[in-house]
Amino acid sequence: MKQFIAFIKKEFHHIFRDTWTMVILLLLPILMLILFGYALSTEIKSVNIAIYDPSKDSLSEEIIRKLESSEYFNIIRMLDSPFQIEEEFQAGNTGMVLVFCENFYKNTLSKGDAQIQLLTDGSDPNTAVTITNYASGIIKSVMRKSFASNPDAIRVNIITKLIYNPEMKSAYNFVPGVMGMVIMLICAMMTSISIAREKETGTMEILLASPMKPLLIILSKAVPYFFLSCINLLTILLFSVFLLKVPIAGSLIALLTVSLVYIFVSLAIGLLISSITSSQLVALLLSGMALMMPAIYLSGMIFPIENMPRGLQIVAQIIPAKWYIVAARNIMIKGLGFSSILKEFAVLSGMALILITISFKKFKLRLE
Amino acid sequence: MTVITAENLTKRFGDFTAVNHISFSIKRGEIFGFLGANGAGKTSAMRMLCGLSIPTEGTGHVAGFDIYSQTEQIKKNIGYMSQRFSLYEDLTVKENIRLFAGIYGIKSREIASRTDALLQKLGFMSERNTLVQRLPLGWKQKLSFSVAIFHEPKLVFLDEPTGGVDPATRRQFWELIYDAAERGITVFVTTHYMDEAEYCNRVSIMVDGRIEALDSPRNLREQFHSNSMDGVFQTLARAAVRKGD
Repeated sequence: MKQFIAFIKKEFHHIFRDTWTMVILLLLPILMLILFGYALSTEIKSVNIAIYDPSKDSLSEEIIRKLESSEYFNIIRMLDSPFQIEEEFQAGNTGMVLVFCENFYKNTLSKGDAQIQLLTDGSDPNTAVTITNYASGIIKSVMRKSFASNPDAIRVNIITKLIYNPEMKSAYNFVPGVMGMVIMLICAMMTSISIAREKETGTMEILLASPMKPLLIILSKAVPYFFLSCINLLTILLFSVFLLKVPIAGSLIALLTVSLVYIFVSLAIGLLISSITSSQLVALLLSGMALMMPAIYLSGMIFPIENMPRGLQIVAQIIPAKWYIVAARNIMIKGLGFSSILKEFAVLSGMALILITISFKKFKLRLE
Repeated sequence: MTVITAENLTKRFGDFTAVNHISFSIKRGEIFGFLGANGAGKTSAMRMLCGLSIPTEGTGHVAGFDIYSQTEQIKKNIGYMSQRFSLYEDLTVKENIRLFAGIYGIKSREIASRTDALLQKLGFMSERNTLVQRLPLGWKQKLSFSVAIFHEPKLVFLDEPTGGVDPATRRQFWELIYDAAERGITVFVTTHYMDEAEYCNRVSIMVDGRIEALDSPRNLREQFHSNSMDGVFQTLARAAVRKGD
């Protein structure tokens, strides 16, 4: 145990004395968050919109007036028929088309099934979401004012529909994505590089010739990065809650639990990489190419998995980040309970178990 | 008292026989030079004796322990210094000593007093909080050796310990080796420098995985009718089939 502690202390010395390691550990997660955060929340002004309004009654016209007078929208065309909608999008200068149902005001009053459709161009999902939010906000406020005396009468349905990318699953949820990436980066890449470094400098040989047990050597490598990942996890969560205002809708405990399992998976991958390579450069390339690229592109963080070709969808299933991001989203964004992520939890635990077993076996073989 | 015995020790990797039935025994306090060209099998032989690799054939005992089944005990009783300088460059002199002393299970209080004594002896007292990467190579090697024997092992393996340093520094390094041997620590050293071979009590020369000669430097010179160890080595190495890497 004393050996173990002395060893962990040494690992921390390595980490704290290397400027670049510190930069990656502390600044990178925050940098990524800010980058993704601001890429997402850019304010949108003067979006060109077109309107198809077959009812032309007082309420629909009030809504149109309000939209026109807001700084967000420019009404560039009033459409005469629903067939012009597609045309309008293909021309490419319209960001949203607003469609009222027939007899809008009358339906609102009597049947309560008045409808407004907000059609947006989903090929740019971030903008699409932002402008639908603005538009529905304006519509709701008009409705509230018009029916101030009788709020129960407001039964308008605002249907938002994304054309071209109806799923739109990835855009909101960059925070789980960044967590998935950062944890993988820190655990897998940093652990594998730090073990490869010892092999490169020859200190590993000295350690192996010492009474230090091999298992203890790699465990003490993993422990500091485990701690640092936990700290990073907390920083990301604090940042996203207080700075980016992304709430943690579900249970914090469930989120932390699944994150811990994911950290174990990442550590195991790092150990596995370090057992098959003996140079820092190869470890870097392996974890960069073989881990980070799929974690970014195939995990559903940026591109929805549902929209991928079948082959890539299958590949995506073996990427730990994919399962983690799904689970983190369910809890953080959708606010679902632990029961909703049982499958993801089971898959990640299985991966952790298998990977840890393999990497310990591999490490022993390398001693020969 | 013998510290190392090896009998018909053999290591094969697939079809390749790296070490081919070598036998020798080394007494306590002896300085044993283990010579051979690159690729002759020195490192493979040494790794078996350190408990880092299991022999394919033959028997061997190090510090009284079996090299097949008691590698853990062997590791506790030996020191090891590899050919690459291998202390942690980003730790200070003191931290390195502490770390390795801790790995070998020395008590904290003892570490503190012995560290001071060692630093005093090496004249490193003023550099005790310097990062090792800032030390000159000769100093690093002296420190590396001192760390390898800090836990007073029964024997120490030195794998080409003096690569890349000037003769004067090598000379100082050998003074440390003699000092250790006088305290009863057996020294098993591989080297490329034939002048160093002269400093050893006995020398073995490996060619193509076999030990072709084993005796004191003086007897070897007589046996091979040469006036230097270099001549002896050249005569034997010329017969090698394997190419060094």
